[in-house]
Amino acid sequence: MNDATLEARIWHRFTPAQRLVRFAVYLTVVTAVVVSIQTVEVIPEFLLDAPEQMADLLRRMWPIAFSHYPKGVHEALVETLHIATLGTIISVVIAFPIGLAAAHNIAPNRLLNHAARLLLVSSRSVNSLVWALLFVAVFGPGALAGTLAIAFRSVGFVGKLVGEAVEEANRGTVEALEASGAPWLSVLSFGYWPQIQPSFWSVVLFRWDINVRESAVLGLVGAGGIGMALDTAMNLFQWDRVAMVLLAIFTVVIAAEIVVTAIRKRIL
Amino acid sequence: MNVTAPRVAFPPNWRARAAWIALVLYIVYACSLLDFTWARFMVGLDNGARFIGRMLPPNFTRWEILVKGLTESIEIAILASVLGILLSLPIGLFAARNLMPLWVTWPSRILIALCRSFHPVIVAIVFVKALGFGAMSGIAALTVASIGFAGKLFAEAIEEISLKQVEAVRATGAPFMNVITYGVLPQVFGRFLGFSTYQLDSNLRNSTMVGIVGAGGIGGALFAAFQRFDYDFVCAMLLSIILLIFAGEVVANKVRAIFVERTRVDEE
Repeated sequence: MNDATLEARIWHRFTPAQRLVRFAVYLTVVTAVVVSIQTVEVIPEFLLDAPEQMADLLRRMWPIAFSHYPKGVHEALVETLHIATLGTIISVVIAFPIGLAAAHNIAPNRLLNHAARLLLVSSRSVNSLVWALLFVAVFGPGALAGTLAIAFRSVGFVGKLVGEAVEEANRGTVEALEASGAPWLSVLSFGYWPQIQPSFWSVVLFRWDINVRESAVLGLVGAGGIGMALDTAMNLFQWDRVAMVLLAIFTVVIAAEIVVTAIRKRIL
Repeated sequence: MNVTAPRVAFPPNWRARAAWIALVLYIVYACSLLDFTWARFMVGLDNGARFIGRMLPPNFTRWEILVKGLTESIEIAILASVLGILLSLPIGLFAARNLMPLWVTWPSRILIALCRSFHPVIVAIVFVKALGFGAMSGIAALTVASIGFAGKLFAEAIEEISLKQVEAVRATGAPFMNVITYGVLPQVFGRFLGFSTYQLDSNLRNSTMVGIVGAGGIGGALFAAFQRFDYDFVCAMLLSIILLIFAGEVVANKVRAIFVERTRVDEE
């Protein structure tokens, strides 16, 4: 057996083209990292005294100003929860029809599908802080701007997942209803709704959990909630109060996650 | 035997109806608490029209600031993703309950939960105090966020692996590191890659926002322009950010498509 046939029998896991593409990806990643390290603005003096600054920060944060909670934090915390909940409810109301329009088995019109998808994608690609800035400019500072920001940011998420759930629904039930001459609202509520209900509730709960986290920062741009308390305490350099606010946010976020996990276990 | 009440195809669900009423009551209560009124909404719509009028046409004359901010955002996203993923590999491994003893998994799980529960912008505030203004704080904040998400997903992926291969490698007397490299990592590599591209995508979104609290990237310029009512420049920046995020999503999907084949080959 000559060398040429032996060479041909050596097994390669990937074709040369695949190896080339992979190598190109690795090379791009490494280049991107190296270029970023070289050009990003790093100030060595700041880096050197970071441990000192961190220690200073922790010393200023301790003891936590628990006495600040009843008058300065509690109300803002409740407002944050309302912003998250109300924002989720509004987003579901807006997202449901758009999600249905994006599902090709309910809306058999490609133009409508694409228009709905575009709406959902644009809602998702704008950060909730940007939505908040826009709504603060329109409605003025306060919880209204925050609630609408949360709602508009969530529409893309909820709508996309509702649309996907509808597209995965079983045709059998739907066809049976259609064959009996049911109007489309009945087909929707007795054919599709029972099938998408579990994933719908889990999407809504999941989004609510995310929204609790996000609504905590909206106050930094003036959109209401506990972020306002955080912003005030920071601007006054009252780090013990900042620690109190951070502790409150942490507790609420963990509690929300526990509640969501518990409910999901029960309904799924 | 008595004839019972005639059967109804869809009996009224009183619990669901009560829940709907409770939901409506909550919405009314929360709206009144947050001071949402129709008048405010109408005034807002008026403002909104004026606002959009001032945003158009977008003003790209100060494109240097725009490009500088965007490049810094991209650099922050790349460096934070690389650092975060490198750090979350060991942390995720330590948090996997099928490979590690309880006294190792608990601290790692608490660390991951701590990293996950704060919004990156809040983490950025703390780092701006510790590391000073600039891209470094942004990188640190997004690294923390990456550890929270990627670490959790890595731990879950490792917990789902088949232990047969791990046992086989252990049976040969391989040291711990070899068990990880040859028994665990090949099983989860494909999924790690998926999480990593997802994380890069999500870091790109957040790196455009951390600037609001002074942690580098285009967010600082965006917030400043908002405060100066420089809305046509705001519009230009928002359009570029959305375009950047779109591009990031496309690139992430492409990279995933190149490597997903590997996992399929593995399964065959």
